[in-house]
Amino acid sequence: MAAASVEIGSGEAALRDVANAHQPPAWGRWLLWAFVLAVAANFAWIAAHNPHFGWPIVGQWFTEASILRGLGVTLGLTVVAMTLGTALGLVLAIARMSKDRLFGSLSGLFIWFFRGTPLLVQLIFWYNLSTLFPEIVLKIPFGPVLASWNTNDLITPMTAAIAGLSLNEAAYMAEIIRGGLLSVDKGQVEATDAFGMTRARALRRVIIPQAMRSIVPPTGNQLISMIKATSLVSVIAMADLLYSVQNVYNRTFEVIPMLMVAVIWYLIITSILNVVQGFIERYYARGERGTGGADKAPVRVEEPA
Amino acid sequence: MSKAAEGAAPMVRARNVHKSFGPNEVLKGIDLDVAPGEVVVVLGPSGSGKSTFLRCINHLESIQRGFIEVDGEQIGYALRGNRLNRLSDHAIAVQRRKIGMVFQQFNLYPHMTALENVVEAPIGVHGQPRGEAQAYAMELLARVGLAEKANAYPRQLSGGQQQRVAIARALAIRPKLMLFDEPTSALDPELVGEVLSVMRDLARQGLTMIVVTHEIGFAREAADRVVFMDGGVVVEQGPPQAVLGNPQHPRTRLFLSRFIEKV
Repeated sequence: MAAASVEIGSGEAALRDVANAHQPPAWGRWLLWAFVLAVAANFAWIAAHNPHFGWPIVGQWFTEASILRGLGVTLGLTVVAMTLGTALGLVLAIARMSKDRLFGSLSGLFIWFFRGTPLLVQLIFWYNLSTLFPEIVLKIPFGPVLASWNTNDLITPMTAAIAGLSLNEAAYMAEIIRGGLLSVDKGQVEATDAFGMTRARALRRVIIPQAMRSIVPPTGNQLISMIKATSLVSVIAMADLLYSVQNVYNRTFEVIPMLMVAVIWYLIITSILNVVQGFIERYYARGERGTGGADKAPVRVEEPA
Repeated sequence: MSKAAEGAAPMVRARNVHKSFGPNEVLKGIDLDVAPGEVVVVLGPSGSGKSTFLRCINHLESIQRGFIEVDGEQIGYALRGNRLNRLSDHAIAVQRRKIGMVFQQFNLYPHMTALENVVEAPIGVHGQPRGEAQAYAMELLARVGLAEKANAYPRQLSGGQQQRVAIARALAIRPKLMLFDEPTSALDPELVGEVLSVMRDLARQGLTMIVVTHEIGFAREAADRVVFMDGGVVVEQGPPQAVLGNPQHPRTRLFLSRFIEKV
């Protein structure tokens, strides 16, 4: 306390005013930056000058028609499987959280099976469904047949890929969405109940918009995994990006350059998705921060223990 | 019961209400009538069951014995001939639409502005046209002194302001009955006054209100009747001057004396 009471002359007061403070140069950090940049530049130089990467071949094939078609298949498959997977995942999540024992267990069973088996195996199973069930029949249990199809007509590489990817994705999305729904404050559910909102409206207007804050980041993760998981469909002869690349190097033996083509395309797509995810996260964070429109400093209300 | 019309059908009729959480019996036979236009303040120590009772009135909690009626309709159940059937979730939601509720934690929707919070139920639940709902919402926000905060998000408002928005939100559905569950307990002491003054105005305007609170001062000024609960039963009730000024039951006296010491 003695120090605080010492009189400070006006000259010293100006000197001690933190408004005039400087940041001393951090030599250590600068050195570290220089070192890291040097290593990175060196690595880039080595990669650029290594003939085995075959950059001219990469450039030549990068926008070739069959590669672009494969890219289109990869993107289309990702969008369709992700959309179906998310929609089904939402239904599964709501079913799993319902008080109804029947819906809860069915949803649990689905998630248990599709998360518990490898995606590659699921894809091969779907593709070979006709060996298990040569005919698919729509009928009343133990009753008359309403319609029937030949499995081989139904299951093309495309339908097998979509079924495999989206059912698998649904199981993961269900858990992500359930986690998001659980993260919403119980008081919000109570408020919607007290106002007599229907369950569907409460979910749509109040619960899901708040759950989105914790659903979006892991969903971005899932989407990026999905783009790469679509490369598994090359095993069932679906002509996606990886399959198209393999098609070329099986003929030309330029394995590394052709894989670089695929790698660069995958990186470009995921980079775009990262940017989009950033925008979506900012949208769902509205009401979370900022003081625009309020003349008073925001007061955070603490939850009592 | 000065403002309440004597002999009119009660707005709330509770008979022999029992409620347990597992082995823990929280309500042990509550009987209570609230007349239209009456302001009832429920006092009592923590754990007396007063909040639980309030939440039973709009079926946020189910009861195990007895019955509760609001505006002549049994809450959560319906008589079919001689059979009492449990109502569906949807039918219960419909019953709740004439009851407004204000929570201890406000429970405003954080992703909506103050105005959007207020119009959500009138538009989405009661099917009012947007323009009409917004005009009435602005009128209500003005009544709670927050017209200029219509476009602010809850996080940008103080606790007292949030609770006033929450009151406007509950009023927007033109409720026949308002339930207040410790509306000032989560507020900093200097913000309690602004919320109580809004509630005092509502009491004067003849709204039927049941208020669970620790604010003895509010009970004295605004209540038509004070109900003192302890241990899951109504220990004592009557006009505020009687219950607060001359309590008959030792538990009421003990509670009030502790309270006065604290203030």
